[in-house]
Amino acid sequence: MTLITTPNLDGHDAFMAELLDAHRGLSEAESQALNAQLILILANHVGDLDVLREALALAGQK
Amino acid sequence: MPHEYKSFAYNPPPGLRTPEPRHGVVIVGAGPVGLAMALDLAHRGIASVLLDEGDRVATGSRAICWSRRSLEILDRLGVADKVLDIGTPWQVGRTCYGDQEVFTEDFGRDPGDRMPPFVNIQQYFIEEFLVDAVLDHPLIDLRFKNRVIDVEAGTEAATLSIKTPDGPYMLEADYLLACDGARSTVRATMDLEFEGEMFEERFLVADIEMEADFPPERWFWFDPSFHDGQSALLHRQAGNVYRLDLHLGRDANAKQEVRPEKVIPRIEQVVGPDFELDWVSVYTFQCRRLARFVHGRVIFLGDAAHVVAPFGSRGGNGGLRDVDNLGWKLAAVLQGRAPETLLESYDRERVQSADENLTQAIRATRFMTPRPGVEQLFRDQVLALAGKAEFARPWVNPGRFSQPTVYRTDAPDDRLLPALSRPGAVAPDAPQGSGWLMQALGAEARLVAFNCDPPAGLEVPKLRAEVNETVRRRYLGRADRALYLIRPDQVVAARWVAAEPKAVSAALRALWEGRE
Repeated sequence: MTLITTPNLDGHDAFMAELLDAHRGLSEAESQALNAQLILILANHVGDLDVLREALALAGQK
Repeated sequence: MPHEYKSFAYNPPPGLRTPEPRHGVVIVGAGPVGLAMALDLAHRGIASVLLDEGDRVATGSRAICWSRRSLEILDRLGVADKVLDIGTPWQVGRTCYGDQEVFTEDFGRDPGDRMPPFVNIQQYFIEEFLVDAVLDHPLIDLRFKNRVIDVEAGTEAATLSIKTPDGPYMLEADYLLACDGARSTVRATMDLEFEGEMFEERFLVADIEMEADFPPERWFWFDPSFHDGQSALLHRQAGNVYRLDLHLGRDANAKQEVRPEKVIPRIEQVVGPDFELDWVSVYTFQCRRLARFVHGRVIFLGDAAHVVAPFGSRGGNGGLRDVDNLGWKLAAVLQGRAPETLLESYDRERVQSADENLTQAIRATRFMTPRPGVEQLFRDQVLALAGKAEFARPWVNPGRFSQPTVYRTDAPDDRLLPALSRPGAVAPDAPQGSGWLMQALGAEARLVAFNCDPPAGLEVPKLRAEVNETVRRRYLGRADRALYLIRPDQVVAARWVAAEPKAVSAALRALWEGRE
């Protein structure tokens, strides 16, 4: 499997809204914690180290 | 009552009066690695002089957790029964976050193994057992209070300058084996530098004696209520002695921390007031190694070659595997049965293993002592998730435990055979009649036949193994027969389902040449 970089999530607008809602009212530290947990949960769900490495590389691209 | 450290006799060495003839092997450092090295060589018929600057075994428990492979090696050296007799076997590691258990590891007992996955026993006991065996062996000349002060490493020999209570003398050796620990004098005099990472975090280590019924398990805590904001480790050793490691942070003052008025209240918070303090020390640690372990006629083993963080029991066990790897190779070279290039394979294989240990140790260290900022954030969130999601529990890293490295090799293999016993791996044990396969393999290279006849005419001892449930699981897999070539350190060299005598003969040559 390789990292999907084309549109793959139909409800992306809804996800963006819900992601921001989840952060509403949180302190900076709480937001950081939420983001970190999300990354860890999603990494486990993806379950493929090669895909995760591609994602890391893409995120790190300037 | 703290351990009674007896002192061993110093005898003025002959070299003080007249120059000694050049020795085949001089070993520097009579810790577990140097002692085991001398014994392993002696069992192979190689004499050695073993030098130590002190005259007693190490103070404090130090390396306590000995792996199955180490127990197998100690058994070959004749001291495993003593270790099993008083050590604490264990197989379960529990990890807590706060006061809640978040991750449990069970290393299990397999009826196919004679040895338990781990035995905890203080390093001073291991050293005492080995010293007794060494003093009994006519091929080993153990010299206490002989301090190496200089080494000259030539291409054909190494020359040592040694200081004794009766003055200095010189020794010459075909091979000098540096087993003199993390602060190796041999390494320093040869201007060789460690490469890697050093950590500033300070840990308190204590041996405490108490009548308690803590189970024989490894207990690790992140942020326990009894030790504010830091980590703690409690482990049972031989006797009623427990080992406690407490993370103190970067700024702790080592001299202050070991004072009774400071250390006793700390320990009381963990185990209550009923204990006796046998030993206490403060340490920092490093994850570093030499670029090469073989420097002509000087060969480095154990902590003199590589040092790792302690969580994962990679120091003592790694050192014994260095011994295991080098002994048969050096003996074969000295006895003219193998070319000197065989020693290069010690460098290649043990560097590979040291790198595995360093990688694991650095990962565990970053998890245990994260830097402020994002490292701390992710560490804390893994721990938080572990309390609510099963997947995150094994992500908690309280130190991953030492497993024998599988050496890289291109040797013949067959896909029908199980991965566990692939070339490069330590041959797994299995019951054989009333004994064990590991004992039957002994300390020589061997051709082991399962359900077949070994090819005739090859210069290697042969063994026809009994086929039982464990053998089928560990050696046959999907095949009905197999032939294994096993090295003198019980590493699988090559294996076949249908062996051509020519292929076996080529693999045997590769074994003695140390080819990858």
